[in-house]
Amino acid sequence: MSRKAMTGNGAIAIALKQVEPDVMSAYPITPQTEIAQNYAQFVADGAVKTEYIAVESEHSAMSAAIGSAAAGARTITATSSQGFALMWEMLFIAASLRLPITMPVITRALSGPINIHCDHSDSMGGRDCGWVQLYGEDAQEGYDNAIQAFRIAEHMDVRLPVMTMIDGFIISGAIGPLDVLEDEQVKQFVGPYKAIHPLLDVDNPVTVGAFDSLGGWYFEHKVTQNMAMAKAMDVIGGVGREYGQLTGREYSHFKTHHIEDAEIVLVAIGSAAGNVKTMVDKLRDHDVKVGMMKVRTFRPFPAAQIAAALSGAKIIGVMDRSDSFGALGGPLFMEIRSAMFELGARPQIYNFIYGLGGRDIFPDDIEGAVRLLEKAAAGEKITQKRYYLNVREVSLDGQA
Amino acid sequence: MARPKEIASRPERLTGGHRLCAGCGAPINVRQIMSVCPGPAVVSVATGCLEVSTTIYPYTAWKDSMIHSAFENAAATICGVETAYRSLRKQGRIDKDMYFVAFGGDGGTYDIGLQALSGAVERGHNFVYVCYDNGAYMNTGFQRSGATPCGAWTTTSPVGKESYGKTQNRKDLAEILVAHDIPYVATASPHNFKDLMNKAEKAFNMPGPAFLNVISPCPRGWRTPGDQTIALAKEAVQSCYWPLYEVEYGKYKINYKPRPEKKTPVADWMKKQGRFAHLFKPGNEQVLEDIQAYIDRKWEELLKKEECL
Repeated sequence: MSRKAMTGNGAIAIALKQVEPDVMSAYPITPQTEIAQNYAQFVADGAVKTEYIAVESEHSAMSAAIGSAAAGARTITATSSQGFALMWEMLFIAASLRLPITMPVITRALSGPINIHCDHSDSMGGRDCGWVQLYGEDAQEGYDNAIQAFRIAEHMDVRLPVMTMIDGFIISGAIGPLDVLEDEQVKQFVGPYKAIHPLLDVDNPVTVGAFDSLGGWYFEHKVTQNMAMAKAMDVIGGVGREYGQLTGREYSHFKTHHIEDAEIVLVAIGSAAGNVKTMVDKLRDHDVKVGMMKVRTFRPFPAAQIAAALSGAKIIGVMDRSDSFGALGGPLFMEIRSAMFELGARPQIYNFIYGLGGRDIFPDDIEGAVRLLEKAAAGEKITQKRYYLNVREVSLDGQA
Repeated sequence: MARPKEIASRPERLTGGHRLCAGCGAPINVRQIMSVCPGPAVVSVATGCLEVSTTIYPYTAWKDSMIHSAFENAAATICGVETAYRSLRKQGRIDKDMYFVAFGGDGGTYDIGLQALSGAVERGHNFVYVCYDNGAYMNTGFQRSGATPCGAWTTTSPVGKESYGKTQNRKDLAEILVAHDIPYVATASPHNFKDLMNKAEKAFNMPGPAFLNVISPCPRGWRTPGDQTIALAKEAVQSCYWPLYEVEYGKYKINYKPRPEKKTPVADWMKKQGRFAHLFKPGNEQVLEDIQAYIDRKWEELLKKEECL
């Protein structure tokens, strides 16, 4: 293991290089571009055996990845934002064909208006496409998740595609410390690839993507996808423990901080978890009984474990970096709120939407959220459930 | 090419029992093309009649490996397969020669799949793309495509008080592929099976991308009897509506040139199809003249291209 200074994108590109898959198909998009170009350079330098397809769109990136994975090759791609949206159709097909493609997603706002900065509307928009979703906080987690993704996707109980998220620019473009494994350690951890019913097995030809008409097996097919998701829950845990033995960095579905005696718990996902943690520590110094949870696994959603971990809290504030227009709140809020429904005594749950289109989130914003939750903890009746942090006043009549 | 009799005795690679309509041109074209494929193949098929009718789960009519993923990406999908093959072959994990072919209808090729096709051939993947052109979105019940001829009725180019059907000419897809400067582009027709199979064999053996545009009469959409498919394909060629030519490394060659007196009026061909029936009612004489003038102009241009290039 060695320590290097690297951007989030650089970290992920190195992880992919160390795994050295058979095929990468990729299309450049801000802020993922560095991954596409770094990997192209690895190929140009002869540093990897990977065949690289510089496709003409993300729709073709995912289509080619599907063809390659179905053919029997270990296959990767990477994307962001509009690219994610353009491949959306194919994301479902990759999952339903049970192809263990892995894809780092460098999260970025969706147009419009066009905005190149971070939020989670791309990956959260794809939360129901049948892919396993792991969110990382920093470059190290982006690197670690990108490696573990292969083991999870290719596990015989799972065989689902896996996407691993890091926050665009905030992490992808920022240089930070990275512990890099030796190439051999990564290769050994990931292991050789085993294709199932590959198209290229000339002695056993297969038809992939057959037509399922009325009276067919579509419904059952979907049910088995969900069964695989349930299996993925255990596999993610097992792979995370094994990775911990190798690196000293153990991974599970979520991480908590000062949660045991906390009255108020903030739940965050992605890079903002670091800011929240700092604020929790600061407020703890002032005797505020606050704790936090950082969610890593969003699909499958570890509802029971999260509910159990949060069951001692009185008030929960869920922080979402994407909105769901017309819904009760952001995607993470709705999952957490639904997970908590099974508890006998349910905490009050509030939603703080922040950072859309890369809007900064400041310590004061997080502290403000906690101060509001303190009022609720003190018994004040608060009816408003959804809040926007660090947003300017706007109204529908166009008056700012 | 081997003798047709020998080719005909080879095992079928698209078996009977599929559910394409009686008289459909698509399986005739597929069987002729696959019969000269020199080795095991992986076939990528765009969403459409051919795909839904040959792979009704849990059955398949394909003897080679086949993949369908979506409508607009048969070319991108086969690129992935072909690249996987190159990767595994380079690593010594595969040692057999294999061939890669994509089939798309005109909707999946001229329209929604054009970008993926353009990208795939520009990148130089070693595959054959076959468009079976039946001139409309037949699978969804006859909607106009970029391949629908001028004057044709479809459900989205309907005939009415203000409309004689489709008012635009077809996109010249073969020329779009020629403009990509790929090793091989050809048009073909199932009535001239020798020519079609010759071209398919050439396409399979060509290093790099090859493109075949094959006319594929559709009895349902053309409003024609199922037993007229081959005759209609033949007359399309004789009228120069569907010229047979090939472009090998930029060099044009017309494979069938009707003598001027043998070149039949396109209206004779159109008259046999219900989709053009409205044009033969009084008041549409100018439309028919314009269609003939367009066919003639395109044919003259092609003759000049052969002469110059």
